[in-house]
Amino acid sequence: MSKTHVSTCINGDTHEFLCDTQNTLLDVLRHELDLTGSKEGCATGDCGACSVMLDDRLVCACLVLGVEADGKEIETIEGMSSGSELHPIQQKFIDLAALQCGICTPGVLVATKALLTKNKNPSEEEVRFWLAGNLCRCTGYDKIVRAVLEVAADMRNA
Amino acid sequence: MEYVTPQSASEASQALLQEGAFALAGGTDLLVKLKTRFVSPSIVVDIKRVPKIMTIEQSAEGWWIGAATPCAEIVEHDSLSKDWSGIVEALSLIGSTQIQGRATLGGNLCNASPAADSVPALIAAGATCVISGQTKEREEAVENIVTAPGITTLSKGEFIIGFKLPKPKLRSGDAYLRLIPRSEMDIAVVGAGVSLSVTEDGKIEAVRVSLGAIAPTQVLLTGLEDIFVGKEPDDDAIQKLVAVAEKACKPIKDKRGTIEYRTKIAGVLAKRAFAIALKRANGY
Repeated sequence: MSKTHVSTCINGDTHEFLCDTQNTLLDVLRHELDLTGSKEGCATGDCGACSVMLDDRLVCACLVLGVEADGKEIETIEGMSSGSELHPIQQKFIDLAALQCGICTPGVLVATKALLTKNKNPSEEEVRFWLAGNLCRCTGYDKIVRAVLEVAADMRNA
Repeated sequence: MEYVTPQSASEASQALLQEGAFALAGGTDLLVKLKTRFVSPSIVVDIKRVPKIMTIEQSAEGWWIGAATPCAEIVEHDSLSKDWSGIVEALSLIGSTQIQGRATLGGNLCNASPAADSVPALIAAGATCVISGQTKEREEAVENIVTAPGITTLSKGEFIIGFKLPKPKLRSGDAYLRLIPRSEMDIAVVGAGVSLSVTEDGKIEAVRVSLGAIAPTQVLLTGLEDIFVGKEPDDDAIQKLVAVAEKACKPIKDKRGTIEYRTKIAGVLAKRAFAIALKRANGY
């Protein structure tokens, strides 16, 4: 089967890859580019573990074809920290133990960053609705929501 | 599977004429069907580069919403949200934030689910869609597209480029309500869209009500003119609306609701959405 050449910008770096047309962006990130931070949970857009930014829009990488990424800008969890310095959202999740097994965490962090870019002062209800597409089977969400509200306050005061 | 990105509507129609061709817009339905092997396209036609298919434009006649514009972009559009609050409400209920980043109006209609949230709101608003075909473009009312679950009146090679919404009349309002057992991320048990306008002295000038998830397709209620137009919407008229809504119901019975429950809820949501639209029309 012929592969399609795709040129894309991921976390600020240009990446070129050859892609089977039926492969999703998530397949490409994880299996071609070794960016395994984005997780595959359901692979049908229900769980949000593969959340990435596609041209500044929060999407599930499992619902994007790899070939659709041509010419696009993508941000994944791997681009969130500056070297070894964690992003304040990441640090807050650790400080408040807002994760247990960690599978949903990269998606939750990417989605949280997207929320706080649009809305610096979200209410608890807004946080819960925004993150409704990020399923967590461990925490019961309470610690996640608290971490998001606290880090939002920190970032407003920074 | 071949993947093509046509740059014009006619190129896209040509590509869609091929055996086993599927149109790709936001992909939130198609990619799930690929994954579950519900469909096996020989060619996927990504229609997102067709001119005007990703734009939102306002003109003297009203609004144009490109069929492949992501819901999130529509929801963020302030003046469109002001003109057509009910449609925007309906869109903001579809799936999750992530789904709304990709999901489209064209896809929601052409996927032809009886429970599609945007469709009753569009029908109530009197929206039409512009359909591109191999030789010509045609315009069709939204209520004439879906004929059964998963089935539309689009012929091979046709796809929707965009939706036209009329400019809202003075003293008009629209609303959409749906019932789901959860608070978010669920499929409508019943959905109700209402669009209406009132005269200066508080009488109903025009009204359209459409229900979702209560029959194999969305239903545009008929006979409402006689009940409402030229009169003040009193309790008696509202009771008649509830009766018309209930009578239009031919729902399935499943784990989300019995036939009796869905029928009852259809009347309740029609009444409540009517009240919200009326408030908006009166400027509240």
